[in-house]
Order: sequence, then structure tokens, then C-alpha cells
Amino acid sequence: MTEVKIGKSPTQMALKRLRKNLLAMGGAVIVLIVFFLAFFPSWVVPHHVDGSGIYTYAEQFRTAEEYQKPPGIPGHPLGTDELGRDVLTRIVYGAGISLRVGLVGTAVALLIGLILGSIAGYRGGRIDALISRLTDTFFAFPSLLLTIGILAVFEKPNEVVIFAALGFVGWPGVARIVRGQVISMRGSEFVLGAKALGQSDFRILIGHLLPNCLGPVVVVSTLMIAGNILAEAGLSFLGIGLPPPIPSWGRMLVDSKEYWVDMPWMGIFPGLAIMFTVLGFNLLGDGLRDAFDPKMKD
Amino acid sequence: MASGGPGDGPLGLGRGILLAYTLRRLLQAIPVILLVTLIVFLLNAAIPGDPGRIRLGQRADPAAVEAYNEARGYNDPIPVQYFNYLWRLFTQFDLGESDVKAGKSVNEILEESFFVTLRLALLSIIVALIVGIGAGILSAVKSRTAVDYISMLIAIIGVSMPVFWLGILMIIYVAPVLGLPRTGFDDTNTYTMLRSLAMPASALGLLSSATIARLSRSAMLDVMTQDYIRTARSKGLAESVVVLKHAMRNAAIPIVTVVGNSFGYLLVGAVLTETVFALPGLGREVVEAIKQRDRELITGGILLMSFVFIGVNLLVDLSYAVFDPRIRDDRS
Repeated sequence: MTEVKIGKSPTQMALKRLRKNLLAMGGAVIVLIVFFLAFFPSWVVPHHVDGSGIYTYAEQFRTAEEYQKPPGIPGHPLGTDELGRDVLTRIVYGAGISLRVGLVGTAVALLIGLILGSIAGYRGGRIDALISRLTDTFFAFPSLLLTIGILAVFEKPNEVVIFAALGFVGWPGVARIVRGQVISMRGSEFVLGAKALGQSDFRILIGHLLPNCLGPVVVVSTLMIAGNILAEAGLSFLGIGLPPPIPSWGRMLVDSKEYWVDMPWMGIFPGLAIMFTVLGFNLLGDGLRDAFDPKMKD
Repeated sequence: MASGGPGDGPLGLGRGILLAYTLRRLLQAIPVILLVTLIVFLLNAAIPGDPGRIRLGQRADPAAVEAYNEARGYNDPIPVQYFNYLWRLFTQFDLGESDVKAGKSVNEILEESFFVTLRLALLSIIVALIVGIGAGILSAVKSRTAVDYISMLIAIIGVSMPVFWLGILMIIYVAPVLGLPRTGFDDTNTYTMLRSLAMPASALGLLSSATIARLSRSAMLDVMTQDYIRTARSKGLAESVVVLKHAMRNAAIPIVTVVGNSFGYLLVGAVLTETVFALPGLGREVVEAIKQRDRELITGGILLMSFVFIGVNLLVDLSYAVFDPRIRDDRS
């Protein structure tokens, strides 16, 4: 019996390279932790948070000195906020909001970007010129400003509005990459073969072209999740994101404005949470880019 | 990029091509600017609330509210409002009057706040340049050493850090140590102005330096592996001459581009910094206007910021073309 050596697919090789990248693996661990916190907050922190994120520790006490506690006291490792709410609890529950906004906002951008990008790349001609012009216009617009402009229209934006706004602002990045990939593969043998077999354009796009865009799309999505989490935090910080008392990290920072100097822990920990989460996705995204980039092949 | 156009042709025609390229880029900017005004205007029209009520108060006489809306043209059909707005904008540079700040024109408000933001952005770009290019070159020269890994780790942390959080940390820890004012803007003289901008500019500049550092590093690494660098070294030139004269000059083009583009982002990204440090800049003015539903000010502010952003990026692209002849022939 001769042993058959099975070759590895490009994706398998990329994943192998990714596993060797220490920083990317560190990023993946952070991302997993955030996912865990987002899905099982009550496993991590004992305090109760109702739907609106209110947990009052204050009820048992009468004066602010009694319920505004610095980090390290029993039961409140990160201290309590100006209303006596446990900071750790609010941060843990905030993970779900950040992650949802990051993921769904990116998913919306992916959906629009994949559709428009593949149509532009596959069809070419006028429709490509039109979509590309539109993409250019979006790139000419600073994205934070456009998001702010969209949110200005809503009296009290909820999560759906933020998902839509971030997706609406983010799609051109996806579209541009997908378009480039589709154009580069449009004339290749496997597409011609599929055409010769009489497959429809739709099936060629879904079955043959888009799966081959996977690498770059995964990279841009991972980095976009990081960007969206940062954007949501920024919008909440400006006071035009999710309304209180939702424990969004950006909101926690701006709401504690008056207390930064006297109760610094309120200004530190939510920011640390934002930074670590965004860092995790950025490290993972950078690692994925290096892994999928053919120039990095050893 | 679009194909066709008068600028296409063989390389080496020099000035004519550059001029044609400039004209083509300016022409391309026109539909973008128009589309931007349209998007902003439609957003503006969609903002809820009756402008007359906002201006005159909840208990105002309905007839007065109606008269106000009529006089300001808020009752006209949207396309008419849009054309009137464009007409005033492009013939008189008039952005209208604030609905909330009685009697103040949007131009006045934006002019005051724009110069605060501009000063902030200029100071931050200086910080970003020094730190970013310095760290980038150091990393590239000491590539694959501890210095490289540490500065690149700091850079990626910098990319992930929200600017307002760095601001908060500075307010808590840096201000008392250096004796700087925690927040606010004081422009009684240059000294007080610089003192009140020191922390905001550092926060904004340090975070932008992270992107610049990462790009400078890869641009330098690209250049350092080229043959002419080996030639320069084999001629026996000092390493500092090789790095600063031969490599730096060729790595400069991508670096100049990213610095130029960051400047656009700094002007716009200043909105978060201005909020954290309570600076009366353009971004903060727009955010306040959004909270108070001051339509004309929202529209004017967003338009001004977009135009500045588009203008800066256009200038960067053009200067890029001056430095690198390959860019002018953009038929890719």
C-alpha cells in the first residue's frame, strides 16, 4: 500500500499559520471571553440586572458615602457607581450590548456589501460604474460623522437603529473588497467551466465566486467588528447612542463624568473593557490577514 | 478609478498630465460633493420636531410658529428647500440661521468653533508625526527585536483604545501632575491656549500616531529590502545615512499619504476629544446641535466637516501625484 499524501486547502494552511501566531491567539482568547460574558453574564456576576440594567445596591443605605464604594470591597471587586450599582456587573452585562452591536452592525454591512460588491464585480459595465461611484462617495464621507448624522434623525435610538446605521456606513469597505475579488476570478477556468455546464449566474456567484472571497471578507469583518464596537462606545459617549440606563460601556463613561476625579474607577474600568474587547478583535483580524495573505507563505 | 478622460496617455508628458489629473480629480469631486449635500439635506429634513416650536418654545402662539416656519421656508416642498439651500450655499456661502441660538448665523457659530478644532488638529498632527514616524522607523530598523515587538504591541493597543478613554485617564492622572487645567478652553493668550490644548492634542495625536507608526514601519521595511539600500550599505555609508537619507526619502510617499488622511480624520475625530475635554470646537457644536434639534446648525456643521474632509483628502491625493509620477496615470 502506498500512502496517499493529502494536500491541504488554502484555508487549512491559513488556519495553521494562524495557530502559530501568538498575538492572534491571544486575541482569539479575549474574543472568546467576551462571547462567554455576553452569553452567560449571570454565571459570572451574582448581582441581578433587570432588562434596563438597573441594579441598586443603594436601597440598603441612606447616604452616598455608604453606597459609593471604591474597588476591592467584598462583593464589589470593581467598586460601585454613583447610584450604588456594581461596576463589574454593569460591565459584564455591557459585553452583550457591545458584542451585539459589533456583530449585527457588521452583518448588515456584509449583507449589503456582498450583494452590491458581487453584482458590480460580476456584471461590470454601467452598473459597476454606478456602484463604484456610490462606494467612492461613502469613502469621501467620514464614517463617524455620517453615523452621527443618521442618529440625529432619531429621538431615542434603539439597538436596531444603531445596527442599521453602522451597517449603512460600513458596507462600502466590504463591497470594494468583494468587487475586486470577483473581478479577479471572473475569467478563471472554474467559472468558465461552471458557465459551460449551464449554471445560472446566481449559482456561479453563490457557489463558486463568493466562497473564494471568504478569506478577505473574514479579515475585513473581524476588523469591522472592532471598529463598530469602538463606534458604538463613541456614540454612547457623545450621548447620541443608546439611552440610559442601558449599561453600554461608552454610556457608563460619560454618565460618570462628574465623578472621574473623585471616583476614578468609574472612568477606568468601562474603558478598559472597551479597549480589551477591541484589542481582541484587532489582534485576531491582523492575524487572519497575515494568515490569508499569500505573501506571508513560508 | 474611471477610465478615459483627457489625462490618459503615455507617461512622461509631465506638467500637462499633472494638470489634467488635477482637473479630473476636481471634476470627480463635484458629484461627490453634491451627493454629500443631498444626503445631509435629506437627513436634515427627516429630523423630527417643528423648527418653529423649537425656536419659539412650547407655549408659543401657533400662528407665530406657523409664520416662523413659513418665513424660513420650512413649509416648502423638500426639493424646493433643497434647491434654495444649495443656491444660498453656493452663491453666498450662507448656511442659514441657528434655530436655537437666537439671532446667530450658522456661519458665525461654525467659524468660531472651526478655529478651535483646527488648532487642536494641527497640534495633534505634530504629536502624531513625531511619535508615529519615530516609532515606525525605530521598529523597522530594529525589526524583529524586542524594541520592534513592544512598540508594535503599543501601537495596536493604541489603535484599539477609545480616544475619549485616553482623555479620561489624562484628566484623572496627568492633569494634577503637570498642573494643567482638566477641561475647558482658555484663549486669553497663546500660553493659556496651549495649556488648555496640551492634553487634548496629546490624546488625539498619540492615538493617530499608532496608525502612522504601523504604516511607517511597513513602508520602511519594504524599502529596506531593496537593492539600492544594499548598494548604499556596501558603499560603506553609515547606517544612519542609509536609513535617514536613502530609505526615509522613498518611504515618505505612503507616510505622507497616511498623515494627510489622518489629518482629515483628526479634524472630524476631534468630536470625541472635544466632548471629553469640553472644548468649544466644531464637533462638539454639532453634537450639541443634534441634542437640541437645531436643524440648520446640524446641516451646516456636518456639511462643513465633510467639505473639509473631502478637500484635505483631495489635496493629499494631488500632492501624492506631484511626488510620484506613476499615480497620474490612474487607469488601473
